[in-house]
Amino acid sequence: MSLTAPYAEGGARPALPLRARPAVWRQPRAWFGIVPFAAFAVAFMILPAASLFLGAFQDAQGGFTLANVAHLFRPNILSSYLVTIEVSAVTALAGGLFGLLLAYAVTIGGLPKPLRSGLLTFCGVASNFAGVPLAFAFIATMGRVGMVTVLLRTVFGVNLYAHGFNLYSFWGLCLTYLYFQLPLMVLIITPALDGMKKEWLEASQSLGASRTRYWLEVGLPVLTPPLLSCMILLFGNAFGAYATAYALTGGLLNLVPILIGAQIQGDVLHDPNLGYAMAFGMVVVMTACILAYSGLQKRASRWLR
Amino acid sequence: MRGRRGWSWFWMALGALYFFVPLLATFLFSLHGKRGALGFAAYHKVFADPQFLQTFSFSLEMAVCTIILGLALFLPTVIWIHLRAPWAKPIVEIFSLLPFVIPPIVLVFGLIRLYSGPPIPLVQSRFLLVAGYVVLSFPYIYRSVDAGLRAMDLRGLSEAAQSLGAGWLTIMFKVILPNMRVALLSATFLTFAIVIGELTLAVMLAWPAFGPYMALMGRDLAYEPAALAILSFMLTWGLISVIQVVSRRVGGNGSSVGGAH
Repeated sequence: MSLTAPYAEGGARPALPLRARPAVWRQPRAWFGIVPFAAFAVAFMILPAASLFLGAFQDAQGGFTLANVAHLFRPNILSSYLVTIEVSAVTALAGGLFGLLLAYAVTIGGLPKPLRSGLLTFCGVASNFAGVPLAFAFIATMGRVGMVTVLLRTVFGVNLYAHGFNLYSFWGLCLTYLYFQLPLMVLIITPALDGMKKEWLEASQSLGASRTRYWLEVGLPVLTPPLLSCMILLFGNAFGAYATAYALTGGLLNLVPILIGAQIQGDVLHDPNLGYAMAFGMVVVMTACILAYSGLQKRASRWLR
Repeated sequence: MRGRRGWSWFWMALGALYFFVPLLATFLFSLHGKRGALGFAAYHKVFADPQFLQTFSFSLEMAVCTIILGLALFLPTVIWIHLRAPWAKPIVEIFSLLPFVIPPIVLVFGLIRLYSGPPIPLVQSRFLLVAGYVVLSFPYIYRSVDAGLRAMDLRGLSEAAQSLGAGWLTIMFKVILPNMRVALLSATFLTFAIVIGELTLAVMLAWPAFGPYMALMGRDLAYEPAALAILSFMLTWGLISVIQVVSRRVGGNGSSVGGAH
């Protein structure tokens, strides 16, 4: 950090690194260190993405057009965006609320300490257990001949599939996604709950507030920004998911990643540029998520650190 | 007080139910591989399939390449920005968080579009797959390496070593790297967990990797996929607990949030 010190005139803290731009000019050789990394990132991340964005605004002859982006609002494309958004929203909301309650139980809720470390360890594993094997696990559990389906039918006389449940449809996919959404929520919301100080409750109680009033006027306002930001992260997490949906539904469900996958493999849209526009739309949604996430995180860090 | 604790137990029980029922059910399901008898027949069949070993070792190889290339990119860069160019930190940080914005399916789409024809036809090359995996693991490698460097007095240590006459290579391999063992381990295992069962890039670039192999099994068979799911869960468990045990023993906080879904 001492390198920035000469540029922080007067202040005790060095200025934001970006402000220290003169350093670049005084030590041009300092650039060399990040050139290999930057070149790699540009070649295999920035340029590939940029080439898609370029294609999203080109017609078949290579001229500029907005038609591809407009075509995203065709009924069949729009519906795939809506289904994807619904799956992400449902799993973010359900995983977020349930994850909050679980994290609450092991932090403020007063459950024994070993339970807390056990839950967090398990969540670390489960949030990484996704993709094809996760789909297999749910097929073996809740599929047509899955253990739970058969158990419910033979022992309890409840035929899930006759009642409209189908693992390979919307709600089945949500139930499966929850298996990585819920543990992720537990992992990212626990620090926020740890940051809620006991003194706040004691102070408000000594001023005569009830527990309910404490939660309404102190607890929830403090907890809302981190809660929202974590749910947005879950939303993005589900929105980009491909492998789990592919292995579970065999590509039948009309999700944006699945459609893009089919487009890569066989131009199902019969319009390459529309495919690029779909990819562009996905990045736009993800960017909005990340920006909202980091904005809310900054607000959250005012109270919880 | 009692009521609150009661609710905590209730939520915990519900969570445990949701977490453990699928695992137990999948395990029981996987034991039905042989008609009329419970046993490990499905596991035997999985291990006896030559394709299992081939695809797994292919993915293993890709994972090792990814880790080597990823660390080779990040270690010098992050050490450099810590020592010489702190102003570059936001640039590297933003680059390494971008994969959160670009989902794997979009990344591979772009890679295929850019590198499928002249001037640089890379799409048939394993290097493109590894490069894609390195991009997927950017956030995890960066976070581990950065945390590892911040946990030690990099400037003090390297200046001390320099004043004792050590060259740059000595400083790197005898001072900095040994102090980063935990960070390097957690970067390695997280990357490994991401790459070993990865599906999206491998399918789209048409490589015979472990992820596509598992997906193919799921299309044709019933009990072997359940066995594969249990084996994968155990592998993930092993990898993550190594990170957690190692980082706890040293006292840092092992970040194990990751995954390519």
